Amino acid sequence: MLAKMMTRLANAAPSRRSFMIGSAAAAGGLAVGFRSAEAAGGATGGVTPFNAYMRIAPDSSVTVIAAHMDMGQGIYDGIATLVAEELDADWSQMKAIGGAGNPKLYGNAAWGGAIQGTGGSTGTTSSWERYRIAGAAARQMLVAAAAAEWRVPAAEIRVAKGLISHASGRSAGFGELAAKAAALRAPASVTLKDPKDWVLIGNDKLRRLDSMAKSSGRMDYTIDVKLPGMLTAVPIHPPLFGATLTSFDAAKAKAIKGVVDVVQHPRGLAVVAVDMWSALKGREAVTAVWDDSKAENRSSADLAREYRALALKPGLAVARNEGNAEAAIAGAARTIEATFEFPYIAHAALEPLNAVVRRNADGTIDIWGGHQMPDIYQGTAAAIAGVPPSQVTMHVMKTGGSFGRRAVIDADVIVEAVAVAKAIDFRAPVKLQWTREDDMRAGRYRPAYVHRLKAGVDRDGRIVGWYNHIVGQSIVAGTPFAAGLVKNGVDMTSVEGANNLPYRFAAQKVDLTTTQTGVPVLWWRAVGSTHTAYAVEVFLDEVAALTGKDPYEYRMSLLDPASKHARVLKLAAEKAGWGSALPAGRFRGIALAESFDTEVAQVVEIAMRPDGSFKVERVVCAVHCGVAVNPDNIRAQMEGGIGFGLGAVMKSQTTLDKGRVVETNFDSHEVLRFDEMPVVEVHIMPSTDVPTGVGEPGVPPIGPAVANAVFAATKRRLHVLPFARVENA
Amino acid sequence: MIELRVNGAVHRLDIDPDMPLLWAIRDHIGLTGTKFGCGIAQCGACTVHIDGQPVRSCSLPVSAVAGQAITTIEAAEGPVAKAVQAAWTALDVPQCGYCQSGQVMTTIALLEANRKPSDADIDAALSGNLCRCATYARIRTAVHTAAKALA
Repeated sequence: MLAKMMTRLANAAPSRRSFMIGSAAAAGGLAVGFRSAEAAGGATGGVTPFNAYMRIAPDSSVTVIAAHMDMGQGIYDGIATLVAEELDADWSQMKAIGGAGNPKLYGNAAWGGAIQGTGGSTGTTSSWERYRIAGAAARQMLVAAAAAEWRVPAAEIRVAKGLISHASGRSAGFGELAAKAAALRAPASVTLKDPKDWVLIGNDKLRRLDSMAKSSGRMDYTIDVKLPGMLTAVPIHPPLFGATLTSFDAAKAKAIKGVVDVVQHPRGLAVVAVDMWSALKGREAVTAVWDDSKAENRSSADLAREYRALALKPGLAVARNEGNAEAAIAGAARTIEATFEFPYIAHAALEPLNAVVRRNADGTIDIWGGHQMPDIYQGTAAAIAGVPPSQVTMHVMKTGGSFGRRAVIDADVIVEAVAVAKAIDFRAPVKLQWTREDDMRAGRYRPAYVHRLKAGVDRDGRIVGWYNHIVGQSIVAGTPFAAGLVKNGVDMTSVEGANNLPYRFAAQKVDLTTTQTGVPVLWWRAVGSTHTAYAVEVFLDEVAALTGKDPYEYRMSLLDPASKHARVLKLAAEKAGWGSALPAGRFRGIALAESFDTEVAQVVEIAMRPDGSFKVERVVCAVHCGVAVNPDNIRAQMEGGIGFGLGAVMKSQTTLDKGRVVETNFDSHEVLRFDEMPVVEVHIMPSTDVPTGVGEPGVPPIGPAVANAVFAATKRRLHVLPFARVENA
Repeated sequence: MIELRVNGAVHRLDIDPDMPLLWAIRDHIGLTGTKFGCGIAQCGACTVHIDGQPVRSCSLPVSAVAGQAITTIEAAEGPVAKAVQAAWTALDVPQCGYCQSGQVMTTIALLEANRKPSDADIDAALSGNLCRCATYARIRTAVHTAAKALA
């Protein structure tokens, strides 16, 4: 959805661009980049090492500069694969780092290219052309350098596994020729490899570049940034959403050894100290008085009651309307109705939010962090610091997860970190570090929703009318993105996965009622489809049951048999042995969901325990995501999405008690644990389509597939999430 | 003064006796492979070994562990550590990787004590280590792989 949002935001239509290629010498090696024709027509000069896509060092290592943040989804490896493929590099010589600061180079092509960002599972799509072209251009320049050096025709030169060679016996590594190649004119155009010649794209044997670093404690995240004289700050946020600071007393805190200062910033207070522990102790000693008069003070139960009442009324906006669904349902032979309730959920990435800010002697500023939207953060930081954006350098760190939480339009953590550093006159670098409690209390949750669905079927069991009314907050309302993304009162992130169903209904209507609360909300891994796919796929199962049809066959009857949706559903069913006998106590459920143009179907197998609880034992997952660039990473992302989504539907929720967040750490905000993880089998549908994302699309089908298996076992429908809620007992 | 024995070296630190071992290791000894995830011993990202046993360093005050042999991920060495890290990389276990120091430290302690863990043993050992990327299935396979390599 972010992709669609950004596409609409972009000034120009996201048409296929004609590329110009440029290069410039980097320190000791070759830097290669290319610019779109529009960008090159601007005032910018040649491509500099910073705005390029790779650096080739004298030791022949190739460091790819990635336009997308790696939060664990493996996009650095994906991008390195694209470059290495066209460069004919050996995988062992590849490295990857994050780049930022030049939207003309790093703008998300899948969003229209205007700004850099990672989200909506667009990283691979955005990189597909850009990085293959960059790799091919670099290869061509290296070959030209070798041809000149060896006085042989370029056409006779071979490049394979990082070695440039000629039949005469001459050969060289990239590093030996990088400086000479850098001095050459960049090719005006390049020819990309025929897919049959790929050796790295689609290669199942490639391993991630960072696995050893991450298995040996050597991977540095933002929390690990160390700078001379650096101070640590922890925030103090309002106890209620919307409360404002009236006064505070920091005297006791400042008396604690190690506490340097207690400062106010636009989002509350912060305790600045020489280390984390002093900051935490100082925080306990601060007394603050807050004005709650405009704060959100409702409880989750209040909101659910309000939402349920609203769901019974007509929607305030219409997200899809074909035929006369309500009349068709009213006149149907049989009708069915259900109301679903979804909680707020925190992202709960394992690395609590943080950022590091340093002002340098020349007035420039460096910011280290999980910059999922670096251009926006750069601009925001520059405004607070009072410098031009060009003087702010964004260092994109790998992050300990994100799940959407580090893509925040108002740049919350960056605002805090820069404001705190400014409050102490930038006299030392500052690491702002949230605790788990800060992270879980500070909002930006997946919004809570209520869905009310109705369907009418005819005597043959065909759906004559389908109605879905979604009630909940808008993620983008009130942000600069609303203009692009909210159409006719419909926030597309609220309805995606409900208003774009592949199923053929005779008539259908999707209503939306957008609510207002004081609780800040945000996209959460798979965004709208985290709730829409659940409601749709569970309810569709209910319709199938009403008509006495098999849930798989029923879905197939509603799909175009040639569609990718039908094909992934069929693949999952076949691989899972849908319809075959199961051991006693085992039951299956199935679900299908498309998100971010990737189609995923899952068949789960649950084992019922004597006490009525169950364990998800096995998940068979079929995915269509275009060309499979890194097949093992696609499997990893499906596995991870399934585990993430399963924990959420089983146990995760963020509830409010008179406005206060109840679940503030992993003791109460429960997530999937080791012994609850099912065996996951992933089947990737062969495809020649442009690759689509896999970071999010594994999430949506798991919840409804499990719920449908629970129905098969117990005839109970789980309409209130998470499953652990007493309403389901 | 608190005396901490970390990875074979003795560190005499002028720090609050109540400071959790995690922050002493990270902020004062400068070893950042051990991660902060929850602060209340619920996620396992901060797992280190004390006399070979896995413990949650975020919830242990330094005063309680002074003088004991503390090992962090940076000093995870020997045949078991090597087998574990080899299995982790061969199977590409990590995604974001933030929990993996803790997963690896817990697994090393498990295999040091039990060279042929069953699935139930693995569940029992690792259920205190959260992975938000849900790499659990690969961790299980990697634990078995490492055990086989050590057999």
